[in-house]
Amino acid sequence: MSGLIRSATSAAAATARWLEDRTGIGALIGPVMTHKVPKSARWWYVFGSATLMFFMIQVVTGICLATVYAPDAATAWDNLNYINTAVPYGWLLRAIHAWSSNAMIIMMMLHMAQVFLHATYKFPREMTWIVGVVLCLVTLALSFTGQVMRWDQDAYWGLGIGASIADRIPLVGNQIRALVLGDQIISGATLSRFFTLHVFVLPGIAIGLVGLHLMLVLRHGISEMPAASPPVDRATYRPGFEERVHKGGVPFWPDAAKRDLIFCALALLGLVAIALWQGPIGPGGIPDPTIIETNPRPDLPFLWIFGVVSLIPPATEAFAMLVAPVFLILGLFAIPFLGNEGDRRPSKRPGMVLAVVLVTTCIGVLTYEGATSPWSPDMNAWSAYETPHDELAGRTPLERAGAVVIQFAQCRNCHQIGGLGGERGPALDDVATRLSYDQLVRQVQQGGGNMPAFGKNLPRAQTEAVALYMSTLHPKLERQDEIAAEAFAGERTPDEPAAQSPR
Amino acid sequence: MSGDAHDRRDGCASCGKGGRRNFMLKAGVGLMGAGSIAVGAPILGFLLGPVEGAHGLSWIDLGAIDQYPVGQTRYGEFTEPNASPIDGMTSRAGCWIRRLAAGQFQVFSVNCAHLGCPVRWFAQSKLFLCPCHGGAYYEDGSRASGPPPRGLFEYPWRIEAGRLHIQAGVLPGIETPTP
Repeated sequence: MSGLIRSATSAAAATARWLEDRTGIGALIGPVMTHKVPKSARWWYVFGSATLMFFMIQVVTGICLATVYAPDAATAWDNLNYINTAVPYGWLLRAIHAWSSNAMIIMMMLHMAQVFLHATYKFPREMTWIVGVVLCLVTLALSFTGQVMRWDQDAYWGLGIGASIADRIPLVGNQIRALVLGDQIISGATLSRFFTLHVFVLPGIAIGLVGLHLMLVLRHGISEMPAASPPVDRATYRPGFEERVHKGGVPFWPDAAKRDLIFCALALLGLVAIALWQGPIGPGGIPDPTIIETNPRPDLPFLWIFGVVSLIPPATEAFAMLVAPVFLILGLFAIPFLGNEGDRRPSKRPGMVLAVVLVTTCIGVLTYEGATSPWSPDMNAWSAYETPHDELAGRTPLERAGAVVIQFAQCRNCHQIGGLGGERGPALDDVATRLSYDQLVRQVQQGGGNMPAFGKNLPRAQTEAVALYMSTLHPKLERQDEIAAEAFAGERTPDEPAAQSPR
Repeated sequence: MSGDAHDRRDGCASCGKGGRRNFMLKAGVGLMGAGSIAVGAPILGFLLGPVEGAHGLSWIDLGAIDQYPVGQTRYGEFTEPNASPIDGMTSRAGCWIRRLAAGQFQVFSVNCAHLGCPVRWFAQSKLFLCPCHGGAYYEDGSRASGPPPRGLFEYPWRIEAGRLHIQAGVLPGIETPTP
């Protein structure tokens, strides 16, 4: 038995030797795997590997999904439901593909933040940073085109938003929109185009750029932790770095790679756990453009952009949509040339640390705002929500008529009462403390701020009833306070309802 | 290999320094340029096809005008005139039809003039509201509040033999003229 194993082992070794002799793959890869890297490159350095791992998962699961999915606008939505419900492991593969996309973006952002904080973009690694920025843009484009593959209402109306933005480009907006949509409307041609981008063009570019990115990492070596190297000086950096790595470095495999391995393995297990727990994303509502009872939202990576275009003043929109992204991208490209030399330690670059904190906070807050979107009217509030009892009790019939008008004139689609309703305008629960009866009439009739004018839309009597009712909307404690004050003055007993007349 | 050596020797002997090789290189580059144009032109033409606006607007029947009461705004649906077999339900479209008087209409696109989300009509407050960023429009389509830079997009309309027709076929955009 042992003789059998021995001869099998020696046969395998002989085969390996033959393969190595005829191909030279080992000679090619061996030095790459075992090249020396700085000893200080430890846990901070795992995010790039994790990004690459999630990209490879996207490639593999994407190829699997493409064996069933067909980019046909007439059937894509049914096809996805078929994958979700009938294809073995189809739902899990869709879940892994969707959540791995988000995970890849998160790892990419962490990788980018680490590189920025440690200033590894400085001489001689400028091109590594620039290729990374392009990879970041390609990854976001993959995410957006992936959302289109879902071919549901969010995909359809998301394309409409993209088309509207393209349309605003001066002079050639219409042509660019047609080029993106592949048609004069959002149609089957649009889905085919985005499928081609998502499955052929963008992954092809990404694979090429990942190769280039890794080649540059090998060419310039993995950077040391900032504290382990003297300030970067173009004249002396390269020989110094090579000497330090030659003396104190460790082989990439296994010394540095073992941390990548552990982190990536944990991230992979986490991904599968999230995919099992959350399931696939969509498809949402059927993409029938005549179904207008819809509330389109972008995917997680784009919620912050949704927040930006909602919160900026309308007058600045053309700048924010068309000019700012160009400057943002040019700014990212310029970073390694603006700080090409000098100390890499974050403690010596407090402005850069502040920038990371600021950008992270902004994206975090805007993502939260995008997810909750308080600027969106609550389209069903007017017919769905009750008026709180204590904001009706003790009111006169005319005041109650005003409360009814508030309901059926859709005021609550934008204004909350009792915590229910839209948040586009201010809540009305204490509106009487801010505006007098006359001001309320004026505001309803003429609008202003962000409010339409209802002068032509509501009869005068209804407007007056609304204003009369709103004049009774004081904060609870304030009303109690008034009642107590009046009781103290002997005007009435505390059990009596408060005097409501505004005039 | 031997061919190369032969060429080099041959070239040096007969035409001076690299003369023939130079000519062949130039001819090769020139021919490849012509070939690239020959194959590149149809590729570009294919990709840029949609930009040329191969198809445009057509008149579409929205049904008898009697179904639209005077003074009211109703929802209408139609199929885009240039639909292809692979468009499925995306060749469908909605519109808001407002009848002002017996022979007077306004037909609005459902697409908000801000970023194209579908606006909904609320007859009680006489407003169109957009669910995305809260754009609001009055019943005549003019901008009431919110981020839209202009009023609602309108389709050109006409009445033919008692039936309402609109001119559609292109997703409306910021420069869509108001009829």
